[in-house]
Amino acid sequence: MAQRLVVIGAGMASGRALEELFALDPDAYDVTLFGAEPRGNYNRLMLSPVLSGEKTYEEIITHDAAWYAANRVTCRFGEAVTAVDRARKVVITAQGETPYDKLIVATGSQPFIIPVPGRDLPGVITFRDLDDVNRMREAAAVPGAKAVVIGGGLLGLEAAAGLRMQGMEVTVLHLMPHLMERQLDPAAAYLLQKELERRGISVRCKANTHAIEGTDKVEGVKLDDGTVIPADIVVMAVGIRPDTALAKEAGLACGRGVHVDDRMVTSDPDVLGVGECVEHDGMVYGLVAPLYEMGRVLARTLVGEAGAYRGSVMNTKLKVTGVDLFSAGDFAEGDDRDEIVFRDPARGVYKRIVLRDDKVIGAVMYGDTADGAWFFGLLKDRTNVAEMRDMLVFGPAFQGGTRLDPMAAVAALPDDAEICGCNGVCKGSIVNAIKTKGLSSLEDVRAHTKASSSCGTCSGLVEQVMAMTLGDGFEAKRNKSLCACTELTHMDVRRLIKSKELKTMPAVMQECGWKTSCGCASCRPALNYYLLCDWPGEYEDDYQSRFINERVHSNIQKDGTFSVVPRMWGGLTNPSELRAIADAAEKYNVPTVKVTGGQRIDLLGVKKEDLPAIWADLNAAGMVSGQAYAKGLRTVKTCVGTDHCRFGTQDSTGLGVKMEKALWGSWTPAKVKMAVTGCPRNCAEATCKDVGVVCVDSGYDLHIGGAAGLHVKETVVLCKLTAEAEVIEYSAAVIQLYREEAQYLHRMYKWIDVVGLDHIKERVVNDADSRKALADRFYYAQRFMQKDPWAERAAEGVHAHEFKPIAEVA
Amino acid sequence: MERVMSEWVDIGALEDIPVRGARKVRTPIGCVGVFRTNANEVYALVDACPHKGGPLSEGIVHGRAVTCPLHNWVIALDTGLAQGADEGAVPTVPTRLENGRILIDRAAVTLRAAAE
Repeated sequence: MAQRLVVIGAGMASGRALEELFALDPDAYDVTLFGAEPRGNYNRLMLSPVLSGEKTYEEIITHDAAWYAANRVTCRFGEAVTAVDRARKVVITAQGETPYDKLIVATGSQPFIIPVPGRDLPGVITFRDLDDVNRMREAAAVPGAKAVVIGGGLLGLEAAAGLRMQGMEVTVLHLMPHLMERQLDPAAAYLLQKELERRGISVRCKANTHAIEGTDKVEGVKLDDGTVIPADIVVMAVGIRPDTALAKEAGLACGRGVHVDDRMVTSDPDVLGVGECVEHDGMVYGLVAPLYEMGRVLARTLVGEAGAYRGSVMNTKLKVTGVDLFSAGDFAEGDDRDEIVFRDPARGVYKRIVLRDDKVIGAVMYGDTADGAWFFGLLKDRTNVAEMRDMLVFGPAFQGGTRLDPMAAVAALPDDAEICGCNGVCKGSIVNAIKTKGLSSLEDVRAHTKASSSCGTCSGLVEQVMAMTLGDGFEAKRNKSLCACTELTHMDVRRLIKSKELKTMPAVMQECGWKTSCGCASCRPALNYYLLCDWPGEYEDDYQSRFINERVHSNIQKDGTFSVVPRMWGGLTNPSELRAIADAAEKYNVPTVKVTGGQRIDLLGVKKEDLPAIWADLNAAGMVSGQAYAKGLRTVKTCVGTDHCRFGTQDSTGLGVKMEKALWGSWTPAKVKMAVTGCPRNCAEATCKDVGVVCVDSGYDLHIGGAAGLHVKETVVLCKLTAEAEVIEYSAAVIQLYREEAQYLHRMYKWIDVVGLDHIKERVVNDADSRKALADRFYYAQRFMQKDPWAERAAEGVHAHEFKPIAEVA
Repeated sequence: MERVMSEWVDIGALEDIPVRGARKVRTPIGCVGVFRTNANEVYALVDACPHKGGPLSEGIVHGRAVTCPLHNWVIALDTGLAQGADEGAVPTVPTRLENGRILIDRAAVTLRAAAE
């Protein structure tokens, strides 16, 4: 006689397990199947197309009544199992007891509901079963209805896309900095967000839900920053957790999920587990492939055949029509691994293959995922890819029997193959231009064909065409690229940030074809500066892309302590400030107090954890950060001018104070030092500053481009002015031009070498409108920049994590 | 002789460290830097660059490496080895990430008694 098998949970995992079981031995068991939903097994993965209206429920049923009947499965759908008595081997429901010889726990998982006020309001919906989908479709039927989806993971985004297709106004709230952070790197997530926004879905990352608002139903979602987003429904899609309640109650060993061994047996030899509710070797799974693999093993165990589940390597595809996205394996970066990154900004394609020991261990693709399965195969089979590495990223179509090199691939391209997508230039035109016009440099080819003259990411390809055409006569000559992550120069990147309106770091890296996924210590600070400069008030400063001094607003010293320099406007101070500095120096045991070359006082050797406190004390005495660490305005050095000096021609001290008050705060490509000296004797050494003012009887000589560092440079005179207000306006304009045009880390004199003094005169001196516009842009940026960073940290607790250890281990 | 068993000490939540950032842990062997990569992996190193002892936890984290704030040495987070032409290594401290909590190996940050 057949044994009695009872299954709790009629989802995809148990469905597949039963299929496998009946395939092995249709008569081994009499099966009773309990399901909480009042229906049989359907393909839960396909709920998204049901929501969007692309499929009907009937189309996604996997096991219909006929299938259950044919396999003599007793279905008890809609009947909840309330307990399992393992001693007597029965499961208990409201209708009574059902005995078993073997029991399968396949209770699946529960959606996680974030514990915020209002979570119980009608209109808060999870995205788990057909009833949820029906509720969402009902809400979407009301014209103008609004939905907020909490959770920018796989499930949340599928819900968002489906609701949008149903005509709802949709906002996605995601706690993390980028969408689907578990499956995607920031570059792919950027492309995904761009596509969702193109469809009219509003996406907010780093959005922390504070409360769900409404009186008797959902009316809106309030964020931590106070923003309220109106909503008729709130879809909760932040994650799932294994439903272990019944198993725990029955005394089965559970961790995050119900513990199972390699044969899918729980701590009770007659009870097996499968699907999202189980924990195997420390892992719980929420995707379908592992559940199917488990089902196969479970069926073999039930009929007494050998089989072992060894955990799963997973891959993900987002099931949103028109969005091609694939991720698999481990795609973190590391020094023990290499990555091959391919980006096609024009088509919105990003592919990243992660290799270790010549094997594929991870892959992320966006925009063109046709080869996803092939890469996943290489990953699962641990295929050695050393031989095909050069062409690997192009997929199986490019893998020949012999080792290919990129040059051969270019040679093999037909004449009408497009090389430059921006300008629509094909290989034939380039070859033709090289031959007929005798071109030999990339610049010539750019000038004549326009290939690679826009975004520049195809420069390498154009050079390969040139090398192929010119043979050994061609030597690639390129301007120095920004860093090893890109072929582009600083100036290329600055141009593209503006012309393509790139406003985030992943956007720059994608659209400029970065070869790494998250940049390096050279490019990240540069990009952070460029974005901050070009999009004031929009781009959010990325402190993790700043050097330590700018991150904690102090200068690190060789022993890991810091130095603290308060501002002394124009070099002026007074007894109460000096007293406060003296008190602070004593209170915090500052070992060295030194007068700086910029006419202020440096407190050296302050411990990092004391920084907020010492800043608070100095703030209390009216002082602010001197930004002695900043790529920004450091000091305005002055002499005493007409106030005291018998040679003084103007109020140099007063002007210095006014300049410092007007110009402090903004980040610049490199540090900016200024001075105002009261007469040509130049006691304030204005002629070796980035901006120097030399007062004369008739007014003010405005100097720029001096430095006294690694290179000593004397200033050049930009113009002669007659009023203080003019000096400040011209200075603001020239600094803004420098901010907008210079390469990161170039002092002003290097920028002048690049663009020429005449260009600066043209923009700042000869053209009043241009000068005014520059100054206006400078002051606009100042609205966001002129905040004392010490006060923000001392009083408001900004970046508190920077100043104390995370823990102490005794 | 008894071997010191691994004991995992909870030092805080993953969220306590900024992405591509680091925090310090005070331990009997001195400060240890705990790093969080762009991919949300966690590594710990003795917080002193093999070059001149710079506090690595104050550096810029990129990929699975950190650039020392003092002289730009690049140290691999997983091996502690200096990268590129520089030679040197800093001790690593085993870490684990469990349910969003960061654990470090106590034995690795405990002062060893003198040999018997």
